[in-house]
Amino acid sequence: MAKTTDAFALNEWLVIGRLEDVTHDKPRITRLLGQDIRAERTADGTIGVWETDPSGHKGRALPVQERYGHVFVTLGETPRDLLEMPEFEEEGRRLVTIGYVRVKTSPLRVVENFLDLGHFPYVHTNYLGAEPQTEVANYKAEIREDVDEVWATDCSFFQQKAAKSATDGQQSEYEYRVTSPFITVLYKTCPIKPGAWDLVGLFVQPLDEDLCEAHSFVLPFDEENTDVELRHFQQTIFLQDRPILENQLPALLPLTPGMEMPARADATSMTYRRWLKKKNITFGVQKDAADNSNRAA
Amino acid sequence: MIKLYDYPASGNCYKIRLFLNILGVAYETVPVDFYPGMEHRKADFKAINPLGQLPVLDDDGFVIRDAQAILAYLATKYDAAGTWFDRDDPVTLGKTMMWLAFADQITATSSAARLHDVLGFDLDVDAARKGAHAAFRILDDHLIEQEFAGECWLAGDRASIADIACFPYVALAPDGGVDLGNYHGIRRWLGRIKRMPDFVEMPGIFLEFDEPMAAE
Repeated sequence: MAKTTDAFALNEWLVIGRLEDVTHDKPRITRLLGQDIRAERTADGTIGVWETDPSGHKGRALPVQERYGHVFVTLGETPRDLLEMPEFEEEGRRLVTIGYVRVKTSPLRVVENFLDLGHFPYVHTNYLGAEPQTEVANYKAEIREDVDEVWATDCSFFQQKAAKSATDGQQSEYEYRVTSPFITVLYKTCPIKPGAWDLVGLFVQPLDEDLCEAHSFVLPFDEENTDVELRHFQQTIFLQDRPILENQLPALLPLTPGMEMPARADATSMTYRRWLKKKNITFGVQKDAADNSNRAA
Repeated sequence: MIKLYDYPASGNCYKIRLFLNILGVAYETVPVDFYPGMEHRKADFKAINPLGQLPVLDDDGFVIRDAQAILAYLATKYDAAGTWFDRDDPVTLGKTMMWLAFADQITATSSAARLHDVLGFDLDVDAARKGAHAAFRILDDHLIEQEFAGECWLAGDRASIADIACFPYVALAPDGGVDLGNYHGIRRWLGRIKRMPDFVEMPGIFLEFDEPMAAE
């Protein structure tokens, strides 16, 4: 597809890889919102990103931010601010980047799936949940107008192995924060440090409307596990989700109410969809919904 | 204790975990950062396996590489009944070796397509998918012939290490955009393996996505 015309998506800061994925030896050649791009490590050690034409020639240079272990780029002229995560400054935390998993579906579906507590016992059996403890307790989902973010709070769920450092099951408390259609952060009870939250972040790189790469990181208090063990735990979770996501139809996210049955556990998803609708986002959204409703009427 | 140099998302590592579980042999894993760290290509790991490939097994100081070789070693050492790797009957042995070797054909095609689709590896995915379909056609024909002969497994009427060797990258083929819908013999065989006692899952291989009951 060609570069999107979705003004909201164009003016987001979007992930294109980990800092280590762009080296002097190896550029990262990829795509963003339908636009081919190329990221290179320049002579001064910083990362440059350019739009490229079909034969790979560099065109316009794009604004770049190197933050949170990742490279962020925007295709727009007036980007919204990238999220702030003050936890990155806290002593004792460790950043572990996970890499990405490519998924053939709308990037919005990947974010929505990340917000869904209800699938834990079925898809992440013995990792993030297990039958018969499938109940999702009531929680609160809201759009916070002051910060223009979606939040879900008071989420609570029994988990066998809530994080790599958990040895027994525990009642995990969760908070979800959605700061962009393509970025969400999970705050989760830290199993070893009372009162603290561990962070699990998801940066979805939208390549095309129905193709994305889900980059992620963890920022826990954890002295017990190696980076590799933390990576493998998160990769396992993402690879369990991937076939489920690719089987969701339609691939593009429907934003017309009533197209998919909302369950109580889907309150965050519904709030996320409501927020997307308010933003008039069209990238990754099912297009013919309005036409269908006209035809039906 | 047995040490398995392991990557959770690798089908070749998984077949060793699956077989160790079936045999009831305790082991520990040494997690290797295959992705994104590419640790298997670095000097420390190449000192263990100069080919830079997973899995590698270390059984009390004896270090062995190659998934199929590891299956044969484990069956010989730990399967007291000798059913998983029957070396007494030349025909059964020949068939087992033939389908063990076939597992590499499946890895070279189906696993490559999956690495492209899941981790964005730069390779010719169309060629990989085409190769996977060619291999699956051969496998499917064989399994259907086996069923007609009253035998449900690759090398005879009992499951062998050849079945374990071929299973993962057949089951994971949809991850690489290789649809299994038309391979009815394969789908019944996948179901038989998933219903074995002591079967374990890996990410991407679920019990829930059950294949139709086999014509056993």
